[in-house]
Amino acid sequence: MALDSSTVEKIAHLARLGIDAKDVPEYARNLSDIFAFVEQLNAVDCSGVVPMAHPMEASQRLREDVVTEQNLRDKFQAHAPKVEVGLYLVPKVIE
Amino acid sequence: MHNKTLAELAAGLKAKTFSSEELTRHFLGRIERFDPKLNSFVTTTAEGALAQARAADASIAGGEVGPLLGIPYAHKDIFCTDGVRTSCGSKMLDNFIAPYNATVTSKLLAAGAVMLGKTNMDEFAMGSSNETSFYGPVKNPWNLDVVPGGSSGGSAAAVAARLAPAATGTDTGGSIRQPAALCNLTGIKPTYGRVSRYGMIAFASSLDQAGPMTRTAEDAAIMLGAMAGFDARDSTSIDRPVDDYRAALGNSLKGLKVGLPKEYFGEGLDPAVGAVVQTAIDELKKLGAEPVEITLPNTGLAVPTYYVVAPAECSSNLSRFDGVRFGYRCENPKDLEDLYKRSRGEGFGPEVKRRIMIGTYALSAGYYDAYYLKAQQVRHLIADDFKQAFEKVDVILGPTSPTVAFKIGEKFNDPVTMYLSDIYTIAVNLAGLPGMSIPAGFAHDLPVGLQLIGNYFDEARLLNVAHQYQQVSDWHQRSPAGFE
Repeated sequence: MALDSSTVEKIAHLARLGIDAKDVPEYARNLSDIFAFVEQLNAVDCSGVVPMAHPMEASQRLREDVVTEQNLRDKFQAHAPKVEVGLYLVPKVIE
Repeated sequence: MHNKTLAELAAGLKAKTFSSEELTRHFLGRIERFDPKLNSFVTTTAEGALAQARAADASIAGGEVGPLLGIPYAHKDIFCTDGVRTSCGSKMLDNFIAPYNATVTSKLLAAGAVMLGKTNMDEFAMGSSNETSFYGPVKNPWNLDVVPGGSSGGSAAAVAARLAPAATGTDTGGSIRQPAALCNLTGIKPTYGRVSRYGMIAFASSLDQAGPMTRTAEDAAIMLGAMAGFDARDSTSIDRPVDDYRAALGNSLKGLKVGLPKEYFGEGLDPAVGAVVQTAIDELKKLGAEPVEITLPNTGLAVPTYYVVAPAECSSNLSRFDGVRFGYRCENPKDLEDLYKRSRGEGFGPEVKRRIMIGTYALSAGYYDAYYLKAQQVRHLIADDFKQAFEKVDVILGPTSPTVAFKIGEKFNDPVTMYLSDIYTIAVNLAGLPGMSIPAGFAHDLPVGLQLIGNYFDEARLLNVAHQYQQVSDWHQRSPAGFE
C-alpha cells in the first residue's frame, strides 16, 4: 500500500504532529514501506481467532474507590512550561 | 575492582576489603575517563551516588547485609528518578526532572544499590541501535564503529566497558536481549507482569518489561530478585511470589528438553552466528540437555504484527506529551493547535514520529479492524505456537540476533531492515514470555548472543541454564580491549 503526501499530512494532523513540508515525501516513502511490509498479515486466516488482550488472560484489577495519592500539585507544576495560580496556561482558546 | 561480579563485590564489601564509597568513586572515575569514547551515560549523579554509598557503608558497619547493599549500578534513562532528569533519550524530556520514583527505582534504592547515573537509549526506547537518541549514538566498546544495539544500548555499553557492574534495561521487542547479545552481556526480559511498569516511561504497554543487564547469570538472578514483584500501582502486575532465583542456579541440566525452532536457524541468519550457536548447543548436550527440533510456524509474522501493535500503543501513550503539563514547549505558539503540533513536531525525533503516525493510521476510523484487530489475532496465533512447543520442551534456544553488531549508520535510513534485526526477539514480547540472552562466543570479532526462552514465570529455569553454561564456558568473562 502506498501512502501519498496528503494522507501523511492528514495522519500528522490527527496525531497533532507538526511535520516540515520538505520532510513529507520521505515520511510517505518510509510509511509506505512499513505498511507494505505489514500487509502480509492480510494473507493469514484468522477466522475464529480471539484477539489477544493479555498473555495470561488476566483482566484489569479493580481497587477500592478511595483516595490513595497525596496532592502534590505544586511539585508537579514546578516543571510545567507555564503555570499561574495553580493553573496550566495555554494560548487563548475562546475569543 | 571493576572486573568483579556483583556477588564478588558484595563479598568484598562485607569483608570490608573496600568500602562502597571507594567502589563508587572507582566506577565514577572510570565513567569520567572512558565514557567520552562511548556516550553511554546521559546524566551522571556523582553527588547522589556518593551520598548513597556513604549511607550503605554506615548500614554495613551496623551489621546490615544485602546482595545489592552498597553496589553501584547504571539506570536506564526511562525509569523515573525523583529529582533527577529523566529524558527517555528525547528532546521532549530534556528538561524533565522526574517528581517521583519508578517502582524499579524505589526497589533498588531500598535494596541499598548506588545509582551512578542514567544511561543513554533510543528515543522513547524506539530503536535497535541506539542511533535515535537525542543525545547521539552510543558506541559499542568492542568496536567503536559499530552499534551497541538498542534500545538499552547505553546500559549495555556501560556494563561491557566495566563502567558499571550492572545496569537496568527495558525490553519491548528485544531491547534488553539484543544489546546484551551485541555487547557480550547477560540480560533477561522477565514474563510480562513480573516487574512493575510504574514510573517506567511507556512505549507499548502490553509489551514493555524491565529487567537486568549484567555480566553473569548469577548477577542477573541477584538483580532480578530485587526488581521483581507485585505492585498495585501497575494494573498489569501479576500478584505472585518472586522465586528465589539464586537458589535454582545449581540445578543439573540432565534430561532438560531444549527446543530448537527450525525457523530460528533458516534464511537470514548469518552462518557464522549460526555456527557459534551450534557450538553452544553441543556444550549444553555435554551437560545432559537433550535438543529437540520444534517448529514455531508463525515466526515470520512476528515482526509485521509487532509493527502494528507497538506503534498503535505508542501513538496512544505518547499523546500525553502535549507541551502543556511537562516537557518541551515550542516558542510563541499562536494558538492551541499550533502549541500541540509544534511542541510535538520539534520535541520528537523522526523514528518516534514515524511510529506515532503508523499507530495513528492503524487505529483510525475504517482501518482499526484491518490493522490493530488483525494484528491482535495473529498475536494469539504466535502465542499458541509457543504454548504447543512448551508441551514438549522445557526451554527454547536459538540465536538472539541474526547478525553481530552492524556499523553505525548502516541501517539507519531503512526502517524495515532495521526492524528485521529483532526477528528472533519480538515474538517473545508478543507472547509475554520470559527471554534471556547470554554470551556464546564471537563471529567476525564481535560477540554473539544465545537466546533462551522460557514458559511463563520460568525465569529461574532460564537463569539456571545460563548459569550452568557459564560454569563450562568463559565467553561471559571476556572484556573489550582499551577499557582496562
